[in-house]
Amino acid sequence: MKMTHLLSVLDLTTVQTLEILDTARELSRITDGAMKKLPTLRGRTVVNLFFEDSTRTRLSFEAAAKRLSADVINFSTKGSSVSKGESLKDTAQTLEAMGAELVILRHGSSGAAKRLAESGWIQSHIVNAGDGMHEHPTQALLDSFTIREHFPEHESDFSGLKIGIVGDILHSRVARSNVHLLTSLGADVVVIAPPTLLPIGIESWPVGISYDLDDQISSLDAIMMLRVQSERMNDAFFPSEREYARDYGLGGKRLALLKDDAIILHPGPMNRGLEISAMSADSRRSVIREQVANGVLVRMAVLYLLMGGTSIPKEGVLV
Amino acid sequence: MSHDDFLLKNVITSAGDRIDVEVIDHRIARIGSDISSDLLVIEGNDLLILPGLVDLHTHLREPGKESSETILSGSQAAAKGGYTAVSAMANTSPVADTAGVVEQVARLGRAAGLCDVFPIGAITVGLQGEKLAELSAMAQSAVKVRIFSDDGKCVSDPLLMRRALEYVKSFGGVIAQHAEDPLLTVDAQMNEGIVSSNLGLKGWPAVAEESIIARDILMAHYVQSRLHICHLTTRGGVELVRWAKSQGMEVTAEVTPHHLYLTDDLVTGYDPIYKVNPPLRTQSDVDALRGGLADGTIDIVATDHAPHPAEDKDCEWSAAAFGMIGLETSLSVVVAAMIETGLMDWSTLVARMSSTPARIGGYTEHGSLAVGSSANFIVIDPVNRRKIDKFQGASRSSNTPFDTMNLPASVIHTFFKGVHVVQDGELTGKKYE
Repeated sequence: MKMTHLLSVLDLTTVQTLEILDTARELSRITDGAMKKLPTLRGRTVVNLFFEDSTRTRLSFEAAAKRLSADVINFSTKGSSVSKGESLKDTAQTLEAMGAELVILRHGSSGAAKRLAESGWIQSHIVNAGDGMHEHPTQALLDSFTIREHFPEHESDFSGLKIGIVGDILHSRVARSNVHLLTSLGADVVVIAPPTLLPIGIESWPVGISYDLDDQISSLDAIMMLRVQSERMNDAFFPSEREYARDYGLGGKRLALLKDDAIILHPGPMNRGLEISAMSADSRRSVIREQVANGVLVRMAVLYLLMGGTSIPKEGVLV
Repeated sequence: MSHDDFLLKNVITSAGDRIDVEVIDHRIARIGSDISSDLLVIEGNDLLILPGLVDLHTHLREPGKESSETILSGSQAAAKGGYTAVSAMANTSPVADTAGVVEQVARLGRAAGLCDVFPIGAITVGLQGEKLAELSAMAQSAVKVRIFSDDGKCVSDPLLMRRALEYVKSFGGVIAQHAEDPLLTVDAQMNEGIVSSNLGLKGWPAVAEESIIARDILMAHYVQSRLHICHLTTRGGVELVRWAKSQGMEVTAEVTPHHLYLTDDLVTGYDPIYKVNPPLRTQSDVDALRGGLADGTIDIVATDHAPHPAEDKDCEWSAAAFGMIGLETSLSVVVAAMIETGLMDWSTLVARMSSTPARIGGYTEHGSLAVGSSANFIVIDPVNRRKIDKFQGASRSSNTPFDTMNLPASVIHTFFKGVHVVQDGELTGKKYE
């Protein structure tokens, strides 16, 4: 596989997806013992270019880069680039001039990563770490990685797995990336949300659509609860937090309806008591903390493969 | 006699007749076959002659945004595009909401001397949608403004819209509405539909346009006033206007060349060159717009020429400005969309791009090729294709979505009030003084 950028899961073939997941698993195996750090990207520079607050994602990428011995430059700026008089183009060119070979971009504008990759502004590799409401490919990869670890019989084919994505599909880049990646791996995906939080045009997506969580919950092998952003509550997408939690929250009663081996995912940060109850978040079915750990591995794999890794590192050759 | 007098030989009218046209003192003196005269002869080579095109929707940016366009550069672009009259939209800085500003715009247009520049007055003070601008003062100014528009913004307050429609009746004005319910389009980025759902861009629903059109055609009819709908983009909007006309309501509508030719799937690459207000819609909408233009539901083509400097498009999608330039490509795009597809003939094109816009605007010196009328006409090569080059335009801006496309029809000559302002596709440096 030769990838230049990771902009959208739609750019990935199934073979590429599985290669990333396999590489992540191999990196997990290698770094599981005494040696936590690999010299693979020593002397190489990656930039975390974050135009939106996201401490978790930034730290995850930073940890991934450092475990591969890359030098990491962090650049964070809140709010819109324009209001700061600081354009994406100028910032990216500045960072490239400082030696960045790979730019990890988080930006509030959908398509920002694609634009940065295809505008000719810079030559670096680009990893999309979340662009507006569009995509968050490494989140989807880490989710698939996590699901795969729990369903070993679905190692390279998610056919037969039914996965529910619950909540704010309309505004969620996590949902968009997951819908495409999970279905490309063969999973049966159903999105579950009030109609106000489903995009017009969703009928064209390769998913089932439901407004009724109770109707779906007992059939799911994995349930992915999306975070409810506070601004949605103020914008009439639903009447109240209480009503949302009652209809779409994963609380105790619904927890009991889940299949015994079903798993609960959440991209974080959670609103405990809103989309997910504390009991659900901390239950044995919850894999939320695994997701965080797997996020570092998957991001290591992406950086490794983008920056010239052609095969999985052999234990013996590593110092 | 003026030194600009000439005899244009061997041109073909939109009806297919070969004619000669004699121009004396800036007016058409004779039209006929085999006219002989000792005037300067310009050979028409059996190319097509049309009355000069008339645009009712042009952003010339002056005063205030001269880095994007000036009245001179916009007039140059108009002349090269075959326009002999343009209508300068009011969203300048300062806003054209007083007699002083509209008179300044008209004065700069006369100084450029390449086409008529008819100012459009703002409906509300500062385009703020709160208080009527002094419409009567603009109507009674030397410019005699007749078209009023807050274009760029919708007059969304129904009561204010009612008052505006009523008020302009006293001087035969027309209200040109930018139909967009602002509450349904907060932060909207592109047409709402399958493409926006995939791209994660905030959707701009067709109904935000259609609900205002529906409201305003009813309101205009109720108060018996004239409504013009700017840049119609949706199938539903076409149906509403068709219904209104079938009821005998006095409403006119325009469509832009880009909405006749481009669709929202072009946004897939997130290139802001395709970012425009109102947004590019679906193929179904394009088909409906073409049908509506062909059958007269949509009265005219208007460019919505909207120049922006390079940095406003060389950025990520959400940071980019809305708008496309259009004066220099309009004719070619309409020919590609309407003539080459067999939907419209040349006489209908003349109606949609020249005579009807002239009638709506009250531009009596434009829109016809008749003896005694002002010599505003163009000669075009209707067939040969040309490659659009965004850097070859006269506009100060290059934000055209048609760059590198091979499109039919080129403007060979433009005559503005008898002055040969464009020859062989290039500005001659001559102007009407």
